[in-house]
Formats: sequence, structure tokens, C-alpha cells
Amino acid sequence: MKRLRGGALVLGVIVLVAIVLPFLHVPLPGLMEGTLDSPGTLNLLGLCFVFGALALSYDVVFGYTGLLSFGHALYFATGVYVTAIALARWHWSMPQALALTAVVALVLPLVLGAICLRTREISFAMVTLAFAEAGSLLVLQNPFGLTGGEEGLALGAGVLPAALAGVVNTRNLYWIALAFLVVVCAIVWWAVNSPPGRVWQAIRENERRVAVLGLNPYLYKLGAFVLSGFLASGAGVVYLLLQGGANPQVTTASFTLTLLVMVVLGGVGTLWGAVIGGIVYEYLDFRLVELSNASALQNLPAVLRVPLSEPLFILGTLFIVLVLFVPGGLGSLFRRANRRPANA
Amino acid sequence: MSTIVLLAVTGLGLGALYFLVAAGLSLIWGLMRVLNFAHGAFFTVASYAAWSASQALASASPWLQWFVALLVGMVTGGLFATLSEAVLIRPLYQRHIGQVLVTVGLALATVALVEGGFGSDPRPVSMPAWMSATSPLFGAAIANTRIVAIVAAALVLLLLLFFLRRTRYGLIVRAGVENRAMVSALGIDVQRAFTLVFAIGGTAAGLAGVLAATYYGTIDPARGTSMLISAFIVVVIGGLGSITGSALAAVIVGLLQQFLNFYAATGVGDFAVVILLAVVLLVRPAGLLGASS
Repeated sequence: MKRLRGGALVLGVIVLVAIVLPFLHVPLPGLMEGTLDSPGTLNLLGLCFVFGALALSYDVVFGYTGLLSFGHALYFATGVYVTAIALARWHWSMPQALALTAVVALVLPLVLGAICLRTREISFAMVTLAFAEAGSLLVLQNPFGLTGGEEGLALGAGVLPAALAGVVNTRNLYWIALAFLVVVCAIVWWAVNSPPGRVWQAIRENERRVAVLGLNPYLYKLGAFVLSGFLASGAGVVYLLLQGGANPQVTTASFTLTLLVMVVLGGVGTLWGAVIGGIVYEYLDFRLVELSNASALQNLPAVLRVPLSEPLFILGTLFIVLVLFVPGGLGSLFRRANRRPANA
Repeated sequence: MSTIVLLAVTGLGLGALYFLVAAGLSLIWGLMRVLNFAHGAFFTVASYAAWSASQALASASPWLQWFVALLVGMVTGGLFATLSEAVLIRPLYQRHIGQVLVTVGLALATVALVEGGFGSDPRPVSMPAWMSATSPLFGAAIANTRIVAIVAAALVLLLLLFFLRRTRYGLIVRAGVENRAMVSALGIDVQRAFTLVFAIGGTAAGLAGVLAATYYGTIDPARGTSMLISAFIVVVIGGLGSITGSALAAVIVGLLQQFLNFYAATGVGDFAVVILLAVVLLVRPAGLLGASS
């Protein structure tokens, strides 16, 4: 109990610091391009929060329920594209667009999950991949000129409410992203500690035993799938606001793979691990691009310069090293460091 | 009529490329239960190695250039796959998810490295004049690259079937697919069979990499990934672990894609293939020719 209270205190402090961050005119040489309150930094931090929340939503199906889904990008893209189409193509108001997105974000994972969950393990992975690929192809096809195909769909001027548009208001978007992350953490924390959440983890450990106990694993798995898909769509909406447009990149199978990397990076089946994994991945992915243009790197011989200037090469290698040597992910490093004094 | 022949041969040519990638995936899955996400990376690395080899031989005769490129591609694919198995997959023998994740990391890192070294734009491939010409067949002008791909895939299918059914190692691989625990209980070193399927799969993927370069006339770093997804679909439709199943599914997928893309609308064929995958998995979870377990 004491530990919980201490943890809550630390969390509260972190969230408070995050809230006041946009008021701090502090340069962070090496870590960030501009000062803390510059729009570029706030936008990057906002994106990190979105990916932290997205990784956590993926962890609900993959880490907590043990379902290896390769179609999570579809639900994220649903949030991005449905909102973008409603706002930019049909010129709906923000609440209307959000309402439509919420409905689609509930119905789509419910219907597809009901179908996909009739299979298991590798077949499940492949059916979810198939549906996500279908979604990706649909977006690229640009049906009725709605999605913009390969070029994506920019929101354009005047589409967003004034408080959310323009570089000056980046801090509002930052707060929205932060609030979204906090809400998603709270929901997932509550969900995995609720009675159904415990059944999810039991299904991950031994599904047959859950069935023998008289519970219907199918319904519980469907519940996890829908919750995870819905939260992912929410992350998609915030991502759309931060990016000011939709791009087909977020529909691809590679995008789902990066989510998998994020969750494993942080620690599978842990709340903070997934969030940290998402934040760290997005930060590195973004910052390593800038590193590749750094003058120190340009002077290196090509053998070193070429690999170091590819963020995905560094992230992929880091990922392999973690899988080989730190199976529990980054989160387990912290836990190990915490436990050592207790044992002594 | 000539349109139908043309579409059929193009579809078969595409199916041939899918099969070459899918064969290795299917064997690796069947024996080791590893979904090898790095298979597209074998394909990509092999095609770039082959391209570099043919650039280095720019002054030689086009046919010599092409054959050397073919050889270099196959050897690179095979070596890269063998090495990945030995260095990255073997240490994770008892950790299944870990093996899959390592191949994901390897795929990401390798494709990024190729992009860093060669750029992400497609590069044109030089090939003998005969390759880019067409031959008449039932009144249709068929591009020779299609014929080469189909013949090569058919040869690989025959060789693989011969290997699996007529040789001792083939017997071990087949027995391992059926029941791995029993094979190792009988005192046979299954580990060596693991390396072998990776080597075979990598070589086939390398061959596919070179043939795809001539098929499309260009190479680009992203093609391996899209090939991999098509090959996954083929393997699952055909039945995981079944080589003949993969061959059958590759033909079906290639033909379906070509005909629907032409007669319905561009993209409809690709769409139909994923729907076909979903339907097959829901109706026959083990795939067309897969053993239901």
C-alpha cells in the first residue's frame, strides 16, 4: 500500500511537470532542437504521448490477452481517416466528426474481431493482417476521392477550430495529447485490474483452463479487442490533430510492426513498459533523423556514417539486442534496479 | 483470347515469384514454427548484391553478367539466411515469440541499411536483350521475363519435391514437420535441419530477388516487404508447411490478382486476394493442403 502511494506521488509529479512544460523557456541542447516551449518540441512531445497511448492500447490485446494481432494499424488509421474525411471532405463540425469516429471505432473492431477471433494463434495473426491490408489497399485506392490515395489528406486551413489551428496553438494540442495519454493509462489500468481484465491475463496464460472454469474466452477476447481498437482510434484522432493531416503510412503492416517493436521495447504485458516503449521509440525515430544530419556524423567514413544515419537501422539493431539480452524490455531494467536494494 | 493468354502468363509469372519466396517461409514455419519476417530482407539483400555484381561486370557480355548476377544473388540469399539462423535465431531456441521478434528487427534494420547505402529510389537493371523482348504464344506476345520466372519456379518446385521425398535430409525435414520432438528423440540432429531449411529458403528467396529484378526491370528496397506479405498470404492459403500447397496457392493468387485487376479495376485483384485469405482461414483454418492438427 505504501509503495502504491509513493508511486502515485511520483506519477502526480511527472504529470504536473508535463502540464507546466509549455511555459518553460528552457533550451535542451542535444536532447531537443529548440527550447521546451517551442512549437517543434511540443509537437514532438505530443506525438510521443500519442504513441505511448497507442502502444498501450496494443499491449491490451498483445501483452495482456496474448493475442498476436497484425492488424492494429487498421484501428489507428480508422481514427485518423474517418475524422479527417468528416472534417475536410464533408465539412462536418468537430463534435459531429468525433461522434461518427466513435461509432465507427466501436463497430469496426466489434465486427472484425467477432470474425477474426474464430481463429487462433498464427491464423488469427494472418486474418487480422489480411483485414488491415484490405484497409490499407482501400485507402490507397482513393474511393470517391475521399482518402487522397498515396498523397494523403491534409486538413487545410479553416477546418480545425481556431484554438487547435496554427503553430501558436501547438501547446493546446500538446495538452490534448497529454490528457489523452493520462486518460488511456487510467482506462487500461482500471480495465486490466477489473475482473474481466484478470480473465484476459488468465486467457493469455492458459485459455483452455479458463474455458473449463465455465467462462467463455471468446467474449472476453472480443472485449479486449474492441477496447484496444477503440483506444487506438482515439490515438488516431489526436495524431491527426497534431499532424494536421492523414497519410497512408499509418495503414501499413510495417506500421503495426513498429507498434510491436514499441511494446516489446518497453516490456510486454506491463502498463508503464508499453507507454515508455512508445514514447522512447517515437522520440528516437524523430531525433535520430536530426542526428544523421549532425556535422560530427558527416565527417565519419561511409562505413559508419551510412548505418548511423538510418534511424530504423539503429532502432532495429537496438530491438534485436534487447530481444536477445533483455527479454523483459526496458521496463524490466528499471524493475531490476529497483529490486536489488530490497534483496540486499 | 490473346488478352486472356497474356493475363494468364503474367499472373503465373507473378505466382512464380510468390512461390519462390513462399517455399522457404513454408518450410521454415513447418519445421521450426517461426514466422520469418526477415525473408523479405533476404530477397532485398540478394537483389542488391546481384545488381552490384552486374554493375561490376559492366564490360562483360550481357548473358555472362546476368548469370553471374543470378549466382551471386542465390549465394548471398543463402549465406545471409544461414548466418541469421546461426547467430540470431539459434540462441533463442526455447523462446518462440523471441525468434519471431528477432526476425522483425532484422527485417527493419536490413531494409534501412539497404536504403541508406543505395537510396530508396528504384534503380534500373541491365539484362540481356532477349529478356526484355517478347515471344509469341497462342497469338499473344509474352514477355520473356515471365517465361524465365515460371520455368525457374517450376524447376525449384521439382528440386524441392525431389529433395523432400527422395533424400535422407529431406526425410528428416518431413519427419520434423510432422513431429519434431520424436525426430530428436530418435537421436537425429534436428538443429542441422533448421540451418538447412534456412539455407534453402534463403537461396530460393535470393533467386526470387534476381528474377523479380528482371521481371520488373528495376530494384527497390521496399519490394521485399510487399513480396513478403504476398508470400505470407500464399503460404497461409496453401497450408503452412506444405510445399505443393504453396505452389497451388501461388498460382491461384497470381491469376486472381491479374484477372481481377484487369477486368474489374486496378486494385480489386489485390483486395480480392486478402478477402480470399480471410475466407480460406475461416472455412479451412489449416489452408488448402495443410494437415489439420
